[in-house]
Amino acid sequence: MTMSRRHFLILLPAAAVAWESVLAGTPEQAPNYTMSEHWWGMLIDIPKCIGCGNCVRACQEENDVPDGHFRTWVERYRRSDWHLEEPQVISPDGGKEGFPSVNDDGGDYFFVPKMCNQCADSPCTQVCPVGATFIAPDGVVLVDQSYCLGCAYCVQACPYGCRYIHPTKKVADKCTLCYHRITKGLTTACCEACPTGARQLADLKNPKDPIHEFLKTHSVDVLKPQMATGAKVFYNDLDGSVR
Amino acid sequence: MSGVEGYMYPNEITLYWSVLIVLYPYITGLVAGAFILASLERVFHVEAVKPTYRLALLTALAFLLVAPLPLVLHLGHPFRSPEMYFTPHSTSAMAMFGYVYLWYLMAVLTFEIWLDYRRDIVLFSQSTKGAARLIYKIMTLGSSNIGKRSLHIDERVGWVVTLVGIPSAILLHGYVGFIFGSLKSNPWWSSPLMPVVFIFSAMVSGIAGVMVLYMAVTRLRGKTIDMRCLDSIAMYLFYTFIIDFSLEMLDLVHRIYEANESFRSLNFMVHTRLYFSQIVVQILIGTLVPLVLLFLAQVVKLPVIVRKYFYAISGSLALISVLAMRWNVVIGGQLFSKSFLGYTTYKMALVTREGLLVSIFLTILPLGILWVLVKLLPPWPEEDAPHGAAAD
Amino acid sequence: MSFFKDSGHLFRFAGIFVFLFLAFLVIRVFVVPKSFGEYGHYRGNAIKDMAAKPLHFAGHQACETCHTDVLDVKKTGKHAGVNCEACHGPLAAHAADPSAVVPAKLETASLCVRCHEYSAARPKTFPQVVSAQHSSGMPCETCHNPHNPLQTAGGAK
Repeated sequence: MTMSRRHFLILLPAAAVAWESVLAGTPEQAPNYTMSEHWWGMLIDIPKCIGCGNCVRACQEENDVPDGHFRTWVERYRRSDWHLEEPQVISPDGGKEGFPSVNDDGGDYFFVPKMCNQCADSPCTQVCPVGATFIAPDGVVLVDQSYCLGCAYCVQACPYGCRYIHPTKKVADKCTLCYHRITKGLTTACCEACPTGARQLADLKNPKDPIHEFLKTHSVDVLKPQMATGAKVFYNDLDGSVR
Repeated sequence: MSGVEGYMYPNEITLYWSVLIVLYPYITGLVAGAFILASLERVFHVEAVKPTYRLALLTALAFLLVAPLPLVLHLGHPFRSPEMYFTPHSTSAMAMFGYVYLWYLMAVLTFEIWLDYRRDIVLFSQSTKGAARLIYKIMTLGSSNIGKRSLHIDERVGWVVTLVGIPSAILLHGYVGFIFGSLKSNPWWSSPLMPVVFIFSAMVSGIAGVMVLYMAVTRLRGKTIDMRCLDSIAMYLFYTFIIDFSLEMLDLVHRIYEANESFRSLNFMVHTRLYFSQIVVQILIGTLVPLVLLFLAQVVKLPVIVRKYFYAISGSLALISVLAMRWNVVIGGQLFSKSFLGYTTYKMALVTREGLLVSIFLTILPLGILWVLVKLLPPWPEEDAPHGAAAD
Repeated sequence: MSFFKDSGHLFRFAGIFVFLFLAFLVIRVFVVPKSFGEYGHYRGNAIKDMAAKPLHFAGHQACETCHTDVLDVKKTGKHAGVNCEACHGPLAAHAADPSAVVPAKLETASLCVRCHEYSAARPKTFPQVVSAQHSSGMPCETCHNPHNPLQTAGGAK
């Protein structure tokens, strides 16, 4: 894996300029980013997830997630035959170091990555007493950590268990859909790190986003649809035993 | 992951609402219940409970002053709590707290106490000396008019305040029930019955609290207990308890019958982790025993001393039962996983900000404040009233 | 006027509340953050704060700007969809200053098995091996090019 020195010296300044423009500015000031043009969600393709835990590790590194708490995690399900209501589920350390190997024992195994569902009708933003958590105009549910009281009402209100109170900052914390990345045209850390494309960032307002074609040709579901939260994380081939 | 059985979502393993959040509804419940007992005399003219009227109001005030403390101590950033006053989120039941609390404290409770005691305050401001005289003088707000017409106006206004105070007390405690009951994420809490159950158990705790306090304080003062008053309070306690128990049983039977997806998990939790606090303490010892004792006192002609023991035992057990109920709701609601596949344990700390010692302190503090209030505003005017010429 | 004489104390009591309420309104002007309410019931500047957080992963576009030779090898093989930092870890620091921050060489023997060690839990169509039988602990790059694993044997370089 070598590069010719000449090649390198030509590319270096170009790379530096490109990198600077990537790092530049706030959403409203950065070129090409207008909040109202986007409505963010994610697509998770269950048959593609191999349970490697790359996403959990990447999220932790990108967002300084404290140990023992998870902005995203992976669950491994084992459904035994028709027993949809009693799956065996594990998530060792959130799946951060992957999962122990198993041999074929007749059970139906699959992995389910989970994260904040960026609900359009989120119960968490509804219950915040001061307006510290909110849905931004581009569809991402965020927490204003300089305003949050740490009352944990939003943590109780989330049906999916995706929120936690940061152990040292003492405020609510959760997946931000890597807002600092997606507003610069990058993808989220978990999608970047996923080796199989099981996680794909989706901009629902962009007519050219591949999710629209995917939705036409696949059966998708959201977690706990009966909660009517307007969840925007869509799962392909979600089994009925998934809790 | 110690203490976890089955599968919990990784972020669910720690409980975020601790014993302090158990205490808060207990304390506001005592406030609401004590106030409603006081209003029985004022608005519904139940003369028999008059001896406890002022004591009930002072009890309500003592507990109300302590009520925000468990909430503020529990917050990650207590000094940001004024944000609830400056930018309350209108869709959040919790945001209502600041305003409902202030309204109840100032426009209802303090106002009513001030109106009822104003004559005594003015007389004290004339008859005492030193620091006490200054305190009473401030409390008169500079007016020393205790003429007949002035006191009559106080009486009428006080009646209106009590009348407004009853729905205010219901709101003060009902919204706490709504905070839990309106969360669709938690099937142990989510129920339209929740605010109603909270209010009725609050009334049980408030009435029982005033009853026990009245017995204890009268004993300490070396006076005789007014049995007509006590029997009357015990009767109201009995009927309120019946309603409260019926509501809780309705919730239980409904859950068992409907057996929705959460039932198996919740049922297991009640039979294991909540067995002692719910079945033994809250229901058997805390509700059935007092109901039997109170029932006997209602239907059988019992000698005074027996009734006193029955009331003391029933009142104390009722107080424990309602505390257990708050525990079972708040802690119980966080012990099971929202995946319905697992359970965790609550590890209550001892010496931290949210620990057991602080909780014990916060339960005793209102009694200390009540002691100060009783000294400042004696509830029994017959012997302790200041002697002074009343301006006519 | 005797009504006011006899109820004057009530007006004083009410007066306290009026005063406190007015004080509250004044304090509020100073205490509530200026950008509050810009987009909704929250501090508008919070959005800017979130967007300004630092990057740790550079994103494959940044890597591909310079490392075009690796891209040429990768894009025709089975790892075409595997982004650089999925294996190499977060390298925004390297992208910002390539000569100062040099990524460590990866140990393929422990890295590749994260995904490719056999487990019946993984999808059946996914390429997996029982590493003990497949390579007996030899580094994978002995036979596989990590950027294009099924390329004929020749090693990583």
